[in-house]
Amino acid sequence: MTSTDTRSIVSPKHSPVRSDNRTRPALWARSLTWVLLVAAVIYFVVPVLWLFIASTKTAGDLYTTPGFSFAEFALWDNLEALFGYRSGIFWRWMLNSGIYSVLGSLLVTLICAMCGYAIAIYRFRGRRVLMSALLASLLIPATVTAQPVYLLLVQLGLNNTMIGVLLPSLVYPFGVMLSYIATLSAVPTEIIEAARIDGAGEFRTFFTIAVPLLRTGLTTVLLFSFIASWNSFLLPLLVLDDSTLYPVTVGLVDWSRQSSSVAQLGTLTIVGSFVSVLPLIAVFVALQRYWRSGLAAGGVKF
Amino acid sequence: MTSSGLRAAGGIRPRAHRGRIRSAPYLFVAPFAVLFLVFLVTPLVIAIVSSFFSVQRSGLGFDTPGRSTVFVWFDNYVRAIQDSGFIEGFGRVILFGIVQVPVMLGLALLFALLIDSALVRYKRFFQLSIFLPYAVPSVVAALMWGFLYQPGVSPVVQGLHAVGIPADFLAPGTVLWSIANVTTWGYVGVNMVIMFAALQAIPEELYEAAKLDGASALRIALSIKVPLILPTLALTLLFSIIGTLQLFNEPQVLRTITSNVSSDYTPNMAILEVTSNQNNLNLGAAMAVLLGLVTFVLSLAVSRFDAKRMKNS
Repeated sequence: MTSTDTRSIVSPKHSPVRSDNRTRPALWARSLTWVLLVAAVIYFVVPVLWLFIASTKTAGDLYTTPGFSFAEFALWDNLEALFGYRSGIFWRWMLNSGIYSVLGSLLVTLICAMCGYAIAIYRFRGRRVLMSALLASLLIPATVTAQPVYLLLVQLGLNNTMIGVLLPSLVYPFGVMLSYIATLSAVPTEIIEAARIDGAGEFRTFFTIAVPLLRTGLTTVLLFSFIASWNSFLLPLLVLDDSTLYPVTVGLVDWSRQSSSVAQLGTLTIVGSFVSVLPLIAVFVALQRYWRSGLAAGGVKF
Repeated sequence: MTSSGLRAAGGIRPRAHRGRIRSAPYLFVAPFAVLFLVFLVTPLVIAIVSSFFSVQRSGLGFDTPGRSTVFVWFDNYVRAIQDSGFIEGFGRVILFGIVQVPVMLGLALLFALLIDSALVRYKRFFQLSIFLPYAVPSVVAALMWGFLYQPGVSPVVQGLHAVGIPADFLAPGTVLWSIANVTTWGYVGVNMVIMFAALQAIPEELYEAAKLDGASALRIALSIKVPLILPTLALTLLFSIIGTLQLFNEPQVLRTITSNVSSDYTPNMAILEVTSNQNNLNLGAAMAVLLGLVTFVLSLAVSRFDAKRMKNS
């Protein structure tokens, strides 16, 4: 980060290289940049802000007071209504999303880490086939397989179960690629060799030596698979009939659909949308370091 | 490629370890490989095979009495292509992609270059703000924008009406672009972060000379930085094209608030409609395979183009 902060824009008249860094860029360039970035912040942040403001309003105020100004502060009442509706089904959805995302992303990370590590460290029969299959799989639209996956789950008796939602989401080729790149750049072969000579088994070497070295890369995989699970919509929509198993995305869309007939659900959908976004925003802010650096690895090298 | 199977193998290897080492890679790969085979390869094969069959209500049924599964060659594909709704959906996402993808990637590149330049302070704040929408699930983003499109609650619509612009974001002609706005809002950030990372990886020496020669920041950005991150741009383009063809969540959600999004508005929605509501799995499979093929061909074209550019430069 620091290297760019000191990087400077042109300064034709001052030739000494280092003093460049202290000259200020043209005023118009600075103003234009400022205007563009402020516009960007307004566009990207204000809708979420509106969602918050709307969440604090009573159903009446929502339709009668100006959108961006606070009215009677009814956030707590709204939250109470949200969590009380149909004996707390919204809690259940948040919990389900949590289970699908936390459990799913932890398992995905372990599975991807092992696979990516093996592809990077070992030469084995089928390695090339596996790598090509990984690349090709990124091009297959999810809907091509969605219906057959559903039928498969029916065959296995796993439709309308949590396992049925979890299992297919464990296939995350992008995670294997990130783990592969992370291993290439963070785990020197010599260390593996040394551990082996010391008599450590392959799995022990992986868990005690490679995994700590791969911390940054694996946290990125964890973060992205977490987001993918939290966002997942089509698969649970197909697999689940029982509304108590819904993740929060499917539940909210269901409410939105019903809101034309059940007036209360309009407000609840707004409040629910706002609440559902909070955990992810918290995760994002907390793990900034990882999405900044981890995406770099994925984006630059593939 | 040596007996141990270790990358850049060399040195002493105790005999006792050989067997274990040889099986280790397979044990490491096994969990992923099994899941990959079961939940990706098998369904893909099922989809392709079933697209050539059709369930017909006639005598001589061998699975359910009165119904039989018949091999029908390309009948499902012919029906899919003759399905005007499905084809219109294709046209719609292609039109959508031609407009939305350049706008989205252009904005992402603009912000990445601006934040990469020395003009900007508070880089982290701007980056986080632009990336923030990625934390909002696309379904929730669509719900949220859905409210911002409805005249009753939306301050945006009300504001525009107040200054005399009778905006209707959910009209038949505008709703596609309202969907485009939701996806742009959601995905500029992640593309920006990827591009920014690539820009950061450019060694400064590469444009130090241009700087000394008095090239402007804009010049350096356009003729040095952008060409250097072309592979990254191609990658984001590839992912955006795949994402656009698969457009589903946003229109599916907006469908709950407006009737101007039909049940077969995009190819993916048409597939869901045919398989779930009309219960015609074979036709749905054929449509899905067609969508997959188009995606594959377009992606291949992009990577080819990218490879060519790389060779030329």
